[in-house]
Amino acid sequence: MGNPGSLRNMFKRIGAKATIEADPEVIRYARKIVLPGVGAFDAAMERINHAPGLLEVLRGKALTERVPVLGVCLGMQLLTRSSEEGRLAGLGWIPGTTRRFPRQDGLKVPHMGWNIASPTTPSPLTTGIDSQSRYYFVHAYWVQVDEPSHSLMRTHYGLDFDAAIGRDNIFGVQFHPEKSHRFGMQILGNFAAL
Amino acid sequence: MNALRTRIIPVLLLLRESLVKTVRFGRFSYVGDPCNTVRIFNELEVDELLFLDILASREGRGPNLKMLADIADECFMPLGYGGGIRSLDDARSVFDIGFEKVAINTAAADNPDLLTRIAEQYGSQAVVASIDVRSGFWGGATVHTRSGRHNTRRDPVQWAMEVERRGAGEILLTSIDREGSWQGFDLELVRRVADSVSIPVIAHGGAGTVQDIGKVVKQAHASAVALGSMVVFQRQGMGVLVNFPEPQLIEDVLR
Repeated sequence: MGNPGSLRNMFKRIGAKATIEADPEVIRYARKIVLPGVGAFDAAMERINHAPGLLEVLRGKALTERVPVLGVCLGMQLLTRSSEEGRLAGLGWIPGTTRRFPRQDGLKVPHMGWNIASPTTPSPLTTGIDSQSRYYFVHAYWVQVDEPSHSLMRTHYGLDFDAAIGRDNIFGVQFHPEKSHRFGMQILGNFAAL
Repeated sequence: MNALRTRIIPVLLLLRESLVKTVRFGRFSYVGDPCNTVRIFNELEVDELLFLDILASREGRGPNLKMLADIADECFMPLGYGGGIRSLDDARSVFDIGFEKVAINTAAADNPDLLTRIAEQYGSQAVVASIDVRSGFWGGATVHTRSGRHNTRRDPVQWAMEVERRGAGEILLTSIDREGSWQGFDLELVRRVADSVSIPVIAHGGAGTVQDIGKVVKQAHASAVALGSMVVFQRQGMGVLVNFPEPQLIEDVLR
């Protein structure tokens, strides 16, 4: 669950002003956008596609105006082209795909708990993050970006996957920074400072 | 590495607006103010916190949402809550505040379908089935509800298998006889349950030393460990001291 309330709590602690908003007319004025994820891939895409004006506003902010965007958990998966969880197209703002963890002995799905995510390509999102930082994950699907330079952090759980991705002003994290103590606070603080 | 680090979870008992600690589900002693205590656990960077309102079900009350919201404001770690959750709406209100998991005990025994309905809406990982077990006078352990007052006469292993089928994502297994006793976990009970289900079992009740943590994980196959007295008292019979074992000590006993 990407819980918007918890994200707002952590931004409050950092000293960044954040509100939970669904109205495109208000989002139009946002200086930064966090895309949390709640529920399933298709359900989330349907809500984005069908809320009048929402997709246009988000596209304008992310691709034309180029304000910083951060997808969290499912919100990061929505940034890819597609997911094995659903049939609808994703936003496709960072080329890549979302797949289900394979059935494998001793590998419980969802991947739930604390795991290490190590920075790969340097990025302002991961400034000050060391290779032993731990984060709280809850997900059954994992992201692989097409272009290695768009992978910002990697994690291992049965296989290696992208724990954080980024392309220009658009970022995503698979883990829950709002539930990951100072490690997550650093990431959200970096995003707030962009 | 496919094995995630073993979660060590402080379990904090709510009694109205206070935190308390019990012994065998009785003998409350006052621990402190919930918000001050969670601030300390935040500083200690614990893996996860679980709050249980020990009288909610017995008194027929729902969750104290105002207090839970204050707790969630302070906590930057995964949070679970149990106590008085009787409906999908109760669960939703706790999730909306910023908790990831709800623990269902009495209501699951009365209406096992509730586990399924919450799991369908929020995913199994959000549903903890809380199972309280007490040994009988003549031997044989049974599942109890209503803060240990009501004997369902169910067998713990059978009930654990059923809650897994119904959609629970993990089991909080509490030994009432060991709770607050510092005597070590009921390894036999934990092993029987953990070996019968494929979802994680959180062992609860009896931890007195870091060695107990190692034993219940290695010998009884618990996936996670809940700590009560150990993290709120200096030592058995001593005063309140909110604390957490050194990570290195935990790593050593789990190795």
